[in-house]
Amino acid sequence: MSEALDPTVLRLEGLRKSYNIGLPTELEVLHGLNMTLRAHDFSALVGPSGSGKSTLLNLIGLLDQPTSGELYLLDQATRELDDEGRTKIRRESIGFVFQFHHLIEAFSSLENVLMPLMVKGGRPNDEQTKWAVHLLDAVGLKGFERKKPSELSGGQQQRVAIARALVTRPALLLADEPTGNLDTQTAAHIFELLRHFNQEFGCAVLIVTHDPRLSETCDHTITLVDGRFTGDKDNEDNKGNES
Amino acid sequence: MWIEFNIALKFLRQGIAQTILILVGIAVGVSVIVFITTLVTGLQDNIVNRTLGTQAHIQVKPYEEINRQATITEGVRQLALEDKRSQQLRSINNWQEVMVALEGLPDVTAVSPVVSGPAFARRGAATMAVSVIGIDPERYERIISISDDMTSGVFRVVAGDTVIGSKLASDLGLRVGSKLRLEAGGNRTALVTITGIFELGVRELDSRFVYLDLKQAQALLGLYGGVTVIDLTVKDIFDASRVSDQIDRLTNLKSESWMQINSQLMNALQSQSLSSNLISFFVALSVALGIASVLAISVTQRTREIGILRAMGARKAQMLRVFLIQGAILGLFGSFAGAGAGWGMVWVFNEFGPRLFDISPSLSIIPVAVSIATITGVLAAIAPAWRASRLDPVAAIRYV
Repeated sequence: MSEALDPTVLRLEGLRKSYNIGLPTELEVLHGLNMTLRAHDFSALVGPSGSGKSTLLNLIGLLDQPTSGELYLLDQATRELDDEGRTKIRRESIGFVFQFHHLIEAFSSLENVLMPLMVKGGRPNDEQTKWAVHLLDAVGLKGFERKKPSELSGGQQQRVAIARALVTRPALLLADEPTGNLDTQTAAHIFELLRHFNQEFGCAVLIVTHDPRLSETCDHTITLVDGRFTGDKDNEDNKGNES
Repeated sequence: MWIEFNIALKFLRQGIAQTILILVGIAVGVSVIVFITTLVTGLQDNIVNRTLGTQAHIQVKPYEEINRQATITEGVRQLALEDKRSQQLRSINNWQEVMVALEGLPDVTAVSPVVSGPAFARRGAATMAVSVIGIDPERYERIISISDDMTSGVFRVVAGDTVIGSKLASDLGLRVGSKLRLEAGGNRTALVTITGIFELGVRELDSRFVYLDLKQAQALLGLYGGVTVIDLTVKDIFDASRVSDQIDRLTNLKSESWMQINSQLMNALQSQSLSSNLISFFVALSVALGIASVLAISVTQRTREIGILRAMGARKAQMLRVFLIQGAILGLFGSFAGAGAGWGMVWVFNEFGPRLFDISPSLSIIPVAVSIATITGVLAAIAPAWRASRLDPVAAIRYV
């Protein structure tokens, strides 16, 4: 757990999610989840396939809406927000890293990193561009600014995606199997990067992963089975461990 | 808008083959529309100009004489066999006042009194039936500019002088300076000197028209001080019917516009306009459908990217604009190319075509075509853009 003084970034209260509501095939996949994530938290969300990890991540990322319960992001209740309101929070407070790096092929690495800022405020200013170049440098891609995603390796693309997720200095960084299709060494390096930014910027990080070796390097492991949290383990050894 | 514009351009550039194909499609469509519109407009202008080159826009004359029937007392049935009255030459009552009134109408640009009637032109043993047209040359020139069509001599019509058509001149073996004897009914004759010969390009007129001074014609036709027709021109030729109706109500005279006089021609022109408009409409429709289908495919291809953009905070409205802008860009550039190509086709037609008439391509069709095509592009993009903006980001990101 993080220090008690760290502000709360994310709080779930009895969060439920059902599909096919009102139909005979109605199915509840998340059964009233409670959870708190604070700044500087570096947590792993683990669980078998079909346990509802991705659904939960989509809810937390405000890409989807819960059926009941409440989800607070930076102490703001979000369930009643309309698409515009949720989009605004996504834009300002959340960074995403997906399993498949999901860069936009038509744009260069630098433009991909700048994209969240451009979507928000149009043409980037010098300061923003410098910041994006700095982030690319920080993920080890100095000199790759003009490269198109197709000219990069899988690991490099994922590093661009991490730089992109961080460019808005989000309070919460969500990563869905960020190392899912990378080799072990590259995966370890990506994890190191996430850990590094978690320390440096103090953003809460929540990583969905299958890999127990990686989840063990997190401060905190949350286990989700059949839509319920079954385990909540602190890995005290790792706390504050900048690898 | 900057980022939407940027994304739209990048998307179009990334699918360059697709973009070029649809641009060519739009260009072909627009060029056909530009060409056919210019061709038909040019053709119609030519026909109208040729027609109006020898005609007034509006002719005002007295109503025809009709038989009056005795009123029938009630309970009596009457069988009548009616022969239509013969129409003698009649003057417009108070034509000077009518003329002043017509000149005062805001849409009328020129007014010319004319007296016309039949006569024979005689030279030696040869006789030809002609129409004597008595005019005030200065006023008449503003209606039909005969002096532009002179083949020899000058257009000078004063007492004792005449200007005749080229066909008549050749039939009677006349040239400038020759004397011509004109005979009307009632032993009224006139001997005139030919000062000029014109060719209007209409055989009927070139073989029949004999222009005389108004007073001399009045005397020859036995209509002293009278005129049979008042010719008018109006500002907008296609407004002639309305002005003609107005004159009808104003003067109690029979007023006919060139459109009524040439109703068959007008019918033909209207059918032609209708068919060319229909062709243009359907070509535009197929261009719009082309744009819509290309963008629909593009939305499907970009589903994942749309999902990512939405996840990183792009608003629905922004996604909508990205695709509307693509439609606008396609319409704009496609139509520029198309307008240029259409222009080129008109040039080729003028240079190598049948050369029956010359089409002057008007520059104004280009901005019109380009803006219509751009608007069409945006409209065609509405459905795909709407779909893009409605994509569920969760599903879109998982889309492979």
